[in-house]
Amino acid sequence: MSRRVSIAYLIGLGLLLLAPMFIYPILVMKVLCFALFACAFNLLLGFTGLLSFGHAVFLGSAAYVTGHALKVWELPTLLGLLAGAGAATLLGWVIGSLAIRRQGIYFAMVTLALAQMVFFFFLQAPFTGGEDGLQGVPRGTLFGLDLADDINLYYLVLAIFAGAFWLIQRTIHSPFGQILKAIRENEPRAISLGYDVAKYKLLAFVLSAGLAGLAGATKTLVFKFATLTDAHWHTSGEVVLMTLLGGMGTVFGPVVGATVIVTLQNELADKVGSLVTVIMGAIFVICVLAFRRGIVGESLALYQRMIGQKSR
Amino acid sequence: MTEIFGVPIQALFGQLMLGLVNGSFYAVLSLGLAVIFGMLNIINFAHGALYMTGAMLAWIFLEYLGVGYWWSLLLAPVCVGLIGIAIERLMLQWLYKLDHLYGLLLTFGLALMIEGLFRDLYGVAGQPYSIPEELSGAFNLGFMFLPKYRAWTIVASLSVCLLTWYMIEKTRLGAYLRAATENPRLTQAFGINVPLMVMLTYGFGVGLAGFAGVLAAPASQVGPLMGSNLIIVVFAVVVIGGMGSILGSVVTGLALGIIEGMTKVFWPEASATVVFMIMAVVLMIRPAGLFGREK
Repeated sequence: MSRRVSIAYLIGLGLLLLAPMFIYPILVMKVLCFALFACAFNLLLGFTGLLSFGHAVFLGSAAYVTGHALKVWELPTLLGLLAGAGAATLLGWVIGSLAIRRQGIYFAMVTLALAQMVFFFFLQAPFTGGEDGLQGVPRGTLFGLDLADDINLYYLVLAIFAGAFWLIQRTIHSPFGQILKAIRENEPRAISLGYDVAKYKLLAFVLSAGLAGLAGATKTLVFKFATLTDAHWHTSGEVVLMTLLGGMGTVFGPVVGATVIVTLQNELADKVGSLVTVIMGAIFVICVLAFRRGIVGESLALYQRMIGQKSR
Repeated sequence: MTEIFGVPIQALFGQLMLGLVNGSFYAVLSLGLAVIFGMLNIINFAHGALYMTGAMLAWIFLEYLGVGYWWSLLLAPVCVGLIGIAIERLMLQWLYKLDHLYGLLLTFGLALMIEGLFRDLYGVAGQPYSIPEELSGAFNLGFMFLPKYRAWTIVASLSVCLLTWYMIEKTRLGAYLRAATENPRLTQAFGINVPLMVMLTYGFGVGLAGFAGVLAAPASQVGPLMGSNLIIVVFAVVVIGGMGSILGSVVTGLALGIIEGMTKVFWPEASATVVFMIMAVVLMIRPAGLFGREK
């Protein structure tokens, strides 16, 4: 990693450490959860070239499992988070091994359909509380710190985000990540080079599902509830939008995209009501038609063009 | 009263008919998806939203203009088709050279926009749309009562499917279409206006969705959300059947509708998920789909 990038990371981390002094911590935590969700999703779409249209189901299932573990089983907070992420990982393995049997556009449809199946299961299962959701999940304590305090919780959420982000970063730059990119660029060639493509795809899918689950589990802790919205296909669409808007296949893109979308929804919710969906749809259309590299991708391209002009 | 497997025969046939009705919607919608996919290589996520648009248009025509069911059955699909043509000309045509995923993403965005717009204008709640007089009431078949409207829905959808099949497989226009699907460049070189055919194909495909929407209007409540859940089931239908053959998608659609109806009788809790379960099984046994061929 070059020094300039390291400095950028440190500045970002520093800003996040100070953020709750200036911004409502719950909002920042929401952004962090969705940023992690989008980063996990980007690992699949941006770096492996697989468009999963059912990723909300991992967010949602982890949210429910963590909620149930903390509220009904009264597990310690950390174990509750792990239970949620573990459940999502397991579910990711099941859905992933079915979905990788088809490619491209079919892969997207299969993940969407399977996610819808799990959604109906949550709708009917007794432990999710149906339309009401799972309310009043206790946050518990960690190392003697009371997490009911928003600031304490904030630093836990930040630690989770930073750890997971680092893991994703390491994955992308590892030999494993290189193989994923090879699959994205040219799958037949990756096969002919002797890589067991199905195994790598599945592994990427499971990893992405698990990290999405971690985001969902953390989200339950922040809001103290888990609802059907988390698992709905609208949420699956949202994470695609965050990644697309930020820039797929870039490390920071999903973080930027999630920040913009969550802030936008937060600002617009009271003002325009149900038109939010229309605006989200319009952003989708604009991104696809004119802005396919996303905010980060376009900025990088612009930066490189400027450097190129200077050296000439 | 006669019973089969402990279920009254009346209820069994009632659900069978309802399953056939749903199945014929699946058939028309998956047919439209398949026709569009064959020509444009795009999975039209907006299909459900345009199906809903068809139903909403029928309701709007009746509510504000006093236009009745039969005229709506003709006008609404044409309007939806024109909307489709506008979408194709303004947006989709710029995406053909890119990865297929972008088409899916764009139409997903469009679906959100259409759905959100109708929700903002008319609220989430469904609006009632009454069955036209000619089709209200039921036939007495002796062993069951068959509501006329259900029978009409099945007959109308299957005729449209058959007509589409005939048009694509047996007419000159259909031959051009198949040629353009197989090899657009060569077809263009023979002097056929392929971009025009692509545009009309998309218009026709979504017009089918609009037609299904009008058919569905009196059968259920007309509301902005009626399309989005349906389209996901139709995706599963398409994955099960594969998009290779027209008759394949029609048969798959009908069969899954019937299976869903039967599940409602024998295992009600699973009726919402049975199609997805079948999809999972098909993926395990025959990944390419029942009528599909892996490209």
